[in-house]
Amino acid sequence: PPPVSLSSLHVDDLRVDGRGCEDYRHMEIETDVVSNTDGSAKVSLGHTDILVGIKAEIGKPRPMVPDEGYLEFFVDCSANATPEFEGRGGEELGVELSNTLYKVFNNRHSLDLRSLCICPGEHCWVLYVDVLLLQCDGNLFDAMSIAIKAALFNTRIPKVHISEDEEGVKEIELSDDPYDCMRLNVENVPCIVTLCKIAHRHVVDATLQEKACSVASLLISVTHKGMVTCVRKLGRGSLDPDSIFEMTETGKRVGKALHAPLMELLQKEESLGKKRQKVGFLA
Amino acid sequence: MAGLELLSDQGYRLDGRRAAELRKVQARMGVFAQADGSAYIEQGNTRALAVVYGPHEVRGSRSKTLHDRAVINCQYSMATFSTAERKRRPHGDRKSSEMSLHLKQTFEAAVLTQLYPRSQIDIYVKILQSDGGNYSACVNAATLALVDAGIPMRDYVCACTAGFVEDTPLADLCHAEESGGGTTLALALLPRSENIALVQMDARLHQDHLDALMEAAMMACKGLSKVLDSVVRQHLQEVSVLTRE
Repeated sequence: PPPVSLSSLHVDDLRVDGRGCEDYRHMEIETDVVSNTDGSAKVSLGHTDILVGIKAEIGKPRPMVPDEGYLEFFVDCSANATPEFEGRGGEELGVELSNTLYKVFNNRHSLDLRSLCICPGEHCWVLYVDVLLLQCDGNLFDAMSIAIKAALFNTRIPKVHISEDEEGVKEIELSDDPYDCMRLNVENVPCIVTLCKIAHRHVVDATLQEKACSVASLLISVTHKGMVTCVRKLGRGSLDPDSIFEMTETGKRVGKALHAPLMELLQKEESLGKKRQKVGFLA
Repeated sequence: MAGLELLSDQGYRLDGRRAAELRKVQARMGVFAQADGSAYIEQGNTRALAVVYGPHEVRGSRSKTLHDRAVINCQYSMATFSTAERKRRPHGDRKSSEMSLHLKQTFEAAVLTQLYPRSQIDIYVKILQSDGGNYSACVNAATLALVDAGIPMRDYVCACTAGFVEDTPLADLCHAEESGGGTTLALALLPRSENIALVQMDARLHQDHLDALMEAAMMACKGLSKVLDSVVRQHLQEVSVLTRE
């Protein structure tokens, strides 16, 4: 592949594949692709493929917050993406990715965790968000956050009914109707934007090739209102404060603009209902 | 499961199939552009993805290198959301290691490894949805992925499971039928020569029934081989149409 031409970036504002600095690659999103889950989504961003499955289980709430449920993230860097991830090779990257996801979602505003409460102090819903990395061509965080948002939108949690018998023993009953479900409000779920600094410019949605030429990256997670929930610097180089400020501004702008089209797409997909042809990998 | 019979009096199984009927098979090759070969298969509700890298130089310890043929390296892994109850670790447990070994054994019998001495072929399979016949789906997906990677093989490798209920052999078991307590036979076959690459059976079976069971499994594998062949031919047609223009 031809080397990244830094001069063309500087002069014409064009990248190797003809994109502008703030353009994303072709993105494909599909929800409800795995049937054993309560919610799932598949996102393809260029050659990066991510599959997210969400399973809801009943668990005990955390002692500090007895009236809230919680999310557990697990990122599986599978050997499909590259042979180096065979066995335990992908564990390090997987742990780093899931730790960042915890930071991004660790605030009261992203998701209304109170809606996941069944019985304060005793039972709550725990959402296990499992991210499967199938193909890797850069910009994992952005693709993962979009897939997680889509999967959360698709998640259907069964409604439960608590009954208490004479001895005070509580019993949880799932409703008989399989379609009687609770949906989550994903309006405030943030989307992650990763900006890579290449020479004096910064680019959104870098491929692996562009990342190899970059000094450092900045990760920003932004909600649809423009609120920033997490900022992280990644990479081996160092960034000067002016660059960080510029990148933050770009990240906020780009991130804010991601939400509206995404929600529109998800609503449209949902409105098709049963008529929708599920494609998955059979495209 | 109380009250659910594996084979009803009219001859219908739990999901409405007949005794010798296979589940619906849909497959696609060349799913991922970055890998050397990839394929995706759906057998009923079981979905598997297979990815092939190679032949390339032996990674890791050079001591694994064989001077006269290629090393086949397989990894079987399940997505954590693939089973009804969430699986905590995708691979590394005993079952996955055993499956990886079985896959390696199966493909060493089929791939023409003498053509690539001192190299390694990696086959990675991932189960996205598990509903019985995991090994079979993996073998079928891996066969398609190897064809997609252009690695020469003796023949297609087709795998299928078979069970035995009330003197009737059942072909292509789903999860409920596998865990119903009856016999399960898994068979990997090279259809043209009718050579068996792997056969595995757990649970007791009277020796009089063994022939019928093997016969049912072999018929199912041959049926599957026709499906896989049509998938390969269709993919070839699509690719050649795209490259012709």
